[in-house]
Amino acid sequence: MAHSFTNVAANRPPTPPKGPATAAVAPAGQTPPQVTKFEVRDLSFFYGATQALFSVNLSIPQQSVTALIGPSGCGKSTFLRVLNRMNDIIEDTRVLGTALLEGIDIYGPLVDVVALRKRVGMVFQKSTPFPKSIFDNIAFGPRIAGVRDKAVLAETVETSLVRAALWGEVKDRLQDSALALSGGQQQRLCIARALATNPDVLLMDEPASALDPASTARVEDLIFELKQNYTIVIVTHNMQQAARVSDSTAFFYNGKLIEFGDTRQLFTKPREQQTEDYITGRFG
Amino acid sequence: MTAPPIPPAAQPDWLTAGKREGRVFSTLCWLSTWSSVAILAVLLSGIIYQAWGWLDWQFLTSFDSQRFPAKAGILAGLWGTFWTILITILVAVPVGVGAAVYLEEFGRNDRLSRIIQVNLSNLAGVPSIVYGILGLTAFSRMFGLFGEQGLIKTTGIRWLGLDIPLPFGNTVVAGALTLALMILPVIIVASQEALRAVPPSIRHAALALGATKWQMVSHQVLPAALPGIMTGVILAISRAMGEAAPLILVGATTFVLYAPGDISSLSDIKDNPTGLLKAPFDTFTVMPIQIFNWAQQAKADFREHVAAAGIVVLLAMLLLLNATAIIVRNRSQRKMKY
Repeated sequence: MAHSFTNVAANRPPTPPKGPATAAVAPAGQTPPQVTKFEVRDLSFFYGATQALFSVNLSIPQQSVTALIGPSGCGKSTFLRVLNRMNDIIEDTRVLGTALLEGIDIYGPLVDVVALRKRVGMVFQKSTPFPKSIFDNIAFGPRIAGVRDKAVLAETVETSLVRAALWGEVKDRLQDSALALSGGQQQRLCIARALATNPDVLLMDEPASALDPASTARVEDLIFELKQNYTIVIVTHNMQQAARVSDSTAFFYNGKLIEFGDTRQLFTKPREQQTEDYITGRFG
Repeated sequence: MTAPPIPPAAQPDWLTAGKREGRVFSTLCWLSTWSSVAILAVLLSGIIYQAWGWLDWQFLTSFDSQRFPAKAGILAGLWGTFWTILITILVAVPVGVGAAVYLEEFGRNDRLSRIIQVNLSNLAGVPSIVYGILGLTAFSRMFGLFGEQGLIKTTGIRWLGLDIPLPFGNTVVAGALTLALMILPVIIVASQEALRAVPPSIRHAALALGATKWQMVSHQVLPAALPGIMTGVILAISRAMGEAAPLILVGATTFVLYAPGDISSLSDIKDNPTGLLKAPFDTFTVMPIQIFNWAQQAKADFREHVAAAGIVVLLAMLLLLNATAIIVRNRSQRKMKY
């Protein structure tokens, strides 16, 4: 069966080569053997009495982009926030099951949630710059981690902005308010800010949904660049985007993980009927 | 060829029906707005007219005089107000802002914090005279715990070079603590409002970057809320500055011929630095009490002119404070748009 995403997924440029630490480049058309970053087992999540996730099992490979798709309210954002424990700040929530980051249970008793969030950065749907200068926005992460040296801070700010493809646009006005930037620039600022804490996972909750097409394209290019060094999990409503940027895709529906697999396979030959109905636009 | 002119149509009733009501209503609103301004203008011009010729440098630099209205001055009240308000700020601001931060950022939304919340709103409406009685019992007399007849036979202690009388008696510190109690609810409620106005996304962003809750509050939330907090604090302070009733109860003196700590000019600070340590524990008066005292005098000049001059000085300081609050608010509104 042929629909629009089939072409998008099939015509994607090949995945850029992985770093030496990971597996060798796989032959085209096959999922390369992956090192697992997150291993989620039998995970259920509750907001008070309402269950939002039902026994989710998912392995997120390292240095790749994993897209979470599904209709609104299906639990994909909840699942994303499980991975850096941002759900902890919502009162009266409960997690069952395990979520392992490199084999360590992130809900275990010895885990410091602050340290976890430094390793697992997050970018929100709405850009959330602090009402401060561009420099102070990026430097916030390192500063709270105890970096006082001005030269080190300046270097971190520069490398983060370069990685987030924003350096050229803002290098002459680092002391200007971050609120003066355009929407697309603000979102890349937030990505740069997340990178400044030197995480190895980046969670993105619909990072481009509030952006115009040009800014969206820049953010997508950026995601493509970043996956050489980072493990990226992205929630998106835009299936074209999922097909364009991700290596593997998970389809959530009503709090259940319906299907998880290689993006190309999921968009061209979905195993489940529900997945096919969703990506062909029959519901959701 | 020209187009034929459109004949003017008669205005149908349904088109004009609401118009008159609207005009009546807006006129009423205009009247109520400007009547308050007019009353203020009449009061101000009356007071300034009465104070004219009496409000001069001599008035600002002299102590009070019991017999000669021309020699009376507000110096004791100025210094008394300065010391009282200074200590009030030092006590009320940290406690008030701290309480607001706790309630908004750290406290759980449980029954206890709801009870505290309701009581805070009630406390903000308690008449100041009630705080005066509280201050008299708790600070001036300290429940009779100290002194010759008290449980603890002492009249004071020395601590860090300060001679602290126990109980505090009719001193600056007792008055300031009373005023601090009085404005605490106002400061807490205003600070809570300011903290609530900081969007939650800022908090989430900070937490997601690996900030602890304290780092989130101290680096992001408090700075963003600071202008709102400062506006509330300044307005609360100006309320405290105009209060006479609670201080009369606590025992501020009506007729004083000295400033607290005997510091009545800036050069006194250099000549008499230990006065700075003594001032908080000295007896005192404040501007509103001096005005109150003058308004009761037998001599007409005191009642009509000296009191008016005092009112002008007090009003000028209050307006200055309120203007500061407005400037702070406007500047921050320009700087912070979420």
